[in-house]
Amino acid sequence: MADEKQNGKGGLIGVLEKVKGDTKDLKNRALDEIQSYKDVDKTQLYKSVFRVKHDESQRSRALGILTNVFLHLHPAKINRDAVRYSYTWGMGGISFYLFVVLTFTGVLLMFYYHPTKGQAYRDIMYLEADVPFGTLLRNMHRWAAHLMVITVWLHMFRVFLTGSYKKPREFNWVVGVVLMLLTLLLSFTGYLLPDDQLGFWAVTVGTTMAMNTPLLGYAGPFGAQLGMNQFNDVRFALLGGSIVDANALLRSYIWHCIGIPILISIFMAVHFWRVRKDGGISGPSPVMLESEIKELKRGAVVAPMKSGGR
Amino acid sequence: MDWHQIWDIVSTPDNIPIVALFFLVPFYTWYAFRQGRANDRLIAQLEADPEAAKTHHRKTLPFKEGWTREVHVWPYLLRIEFLAAIIVTVILMVWSITLNAPLEEPANPNLTMNPAKAPWYFLGLQEMLVYFDPWMAGVVLPSLILVGLAAIPFMDENPLGSGYYTLKQRKWSITAFCFGFMVLWLAMIFIGTFIRGPGWMWFWPGQTWDHSRVIFEVNRDLPDLFHITSAWGKGIFGAVVVAAYYGIAGWLLHKVIARKGFNQRIYKRMSMLQYLIMQFFLITMLLLPLKMIIRHAFRIKYIWITPWFNI
Ligand code: HEM
Repeated sequence: MADEKQNGKGGLIGVLEKVKGDTKDLKNRALDEIQSYKDVDKTQLYKSVFRVKHDESQRSRALGILTNVFLHLHPAKINRDAVRYSYTWGMGGISFYLFVVLTFTGVLLMFYYHPTKGQAYRDIMYLEADVPFGTLLRNMHRWAAHLMVITVWLHMFRVFLTGSYKKPREFNWVVGVVLMLLTLLLSFTGYLLPDDQLGFWAVTVGTTMAMNTPLLGYAGPFGAQLGMNQFNDVRFALLGGSIVDANALLRSYIWHCIGIPILISIFMAVHFWRVRKDGGISGPSPVMLESEIKELKRGAVVAPMKSGGR
Repeated sequence: MDWHQIWDIVSTPDNIPIVALFFLVPFYTWYAFRQGRANDRLIAQLEADPEAAKTHHRKTLPFKEGWTREVHVWPYLLRIEFLAAIIVTVILMVWSITLNAPLEEPANPNLTMNPAKAPWYFLGLQEMLVYFDPWMAGVVLPSLILVGLAAIPFMDENPLGSGYYTLKQRKWSITAFCFGFMVLWLAMIFIGTFIRGPGWMWFWPGQTWDHSRVIFEVNRDLPDLFHITSAWGKGIFGAVVVAAYYGIAGWLLHKVIARKGFNQRIYKRMSMLQYLIMQFFLITMLLLPLKMIIRHAFRIKYIWITPWFNI
């Protein structure tokens, strides 16, 4: 009996010992595992997201750019002078950043806005009075839009002054002109949305121009002769009516929030892609001398080179 | 001097961007021209010394033996982009905290705003309405501006000045562009914003906006000066005058452009089509200042009158 008891006791102790041992094993395993998680970039989760190893090597720096979908618009390396602010003024990049800011704040604004007469104006008042940071949100959207118009113009100015539209970048300049038009239209369609006097009269003035379009507007040259009237001309198509009213608000809203953003995104994609394909940013490149101009082969008229000139 | 009126206009929240442009455009013009002049000096130096041209570093930027031509995007470019994003965000934040976006009374078709102004970036077009009918100022000329801009790379046959700032090597194109951008576009926006008051009348800065002011302007049309009264007469006369303008202006421009030296060399590279298109855009650009002059100097409104349109 005593034996049995002892045995029994010993059995209990044995079990306890075993459990203790197991617990220790488990603890060590857990500690080991935690230790291994400290090397974040060795985990399966990490490796599934970031496809390549990152370390201090040159190759790794390049791969960091090339294997990231957001950064791979960049080349891995660029001309050492091309990073200078004095050359590009950063205006293209800033325009793009402002577009991102506008998209972000714009989506937030959409949560609070109904594009319907009566409601629209009240939504803005509500946004300014009751929504946390609503005024800041609206202000940021508005000022970023104005700033973007400015930066796009300055970008174009610098592209012109550096002659960056010359071969082989002619087409990208044309894409740029379309981007500028879309930027202006984006800003203009947003102007009506608060449905206040400012927007209403600005759009009234703007669409009076449409009414006067040659051939397609009823008040424009040859419009009436072609059968245009208030109810079938371009102005009607833009406003969805013959006056600036509920339909105009809705159309403005859809162009502003869906139509033009999609268009401008497509053109931006082409624009950035072409910057890369045209050999990256155009300069600052070595100056060229007049004596180095290669004569064109076109025709036979090659005037004897004159010295001097400018 | 009505300082209050000036302050009213300058501090209107939506006018702040134009006030900003007032500083930004001159600054960046200076910034670009400074680099252009530096490059021009280098060019002159190399052109004078063909031997040096073969070996000399062709940039005004520093370069030392042993430096790599290229640098890694990470970190050398990305850090700049990141910094730029932060700076722009800070500027936007400060601007948005200190200045509220305008919200006027609810839209009311029965209560006309006076003056009713387009957004500031379209005020150049609205200002052109003074000199042209809406179909020209609002539709045809803006379209021509866009097409003309898009056509620039295809008209400019000058191979110099690609990828660096210069003034001397591209005198003509830079003059034409700056004239269009600063005089025809930005100056018109400034006038539309700061000068035009109620009834789109001209108010000098500091002059009080007087809503009851009336200006008696007797405008005449060019055919009237020649006592042409019949519709046919006016139509044909106008067409002749406009054609003559394009002919004479084109001839004068040709004299200046293709006269000598470097310009002639570039001219010889251009195809006929390129040259004619360039002439067309240049002459059309000059139409605006011309109409401004004849309006203000001679009170002439239209040149060409037809039953369908007037120019
Ligand atoms: C929404 C508007 C625009 C965005 C976001 C944009 C963005 C960019 C960016 C990021 C670059 C790279 C270099 C730089 O930052 O300067 C670039 C280059 C360029 N852009 Fe734009 N751009 C816009 C509008 C325009 C306009 C209006 C034009 C001209 C009419 C234009 C013509 C060009 C050209 C020709 C290049 C190549 C320049 C070079 O190689 O030096 N872009 N753009």
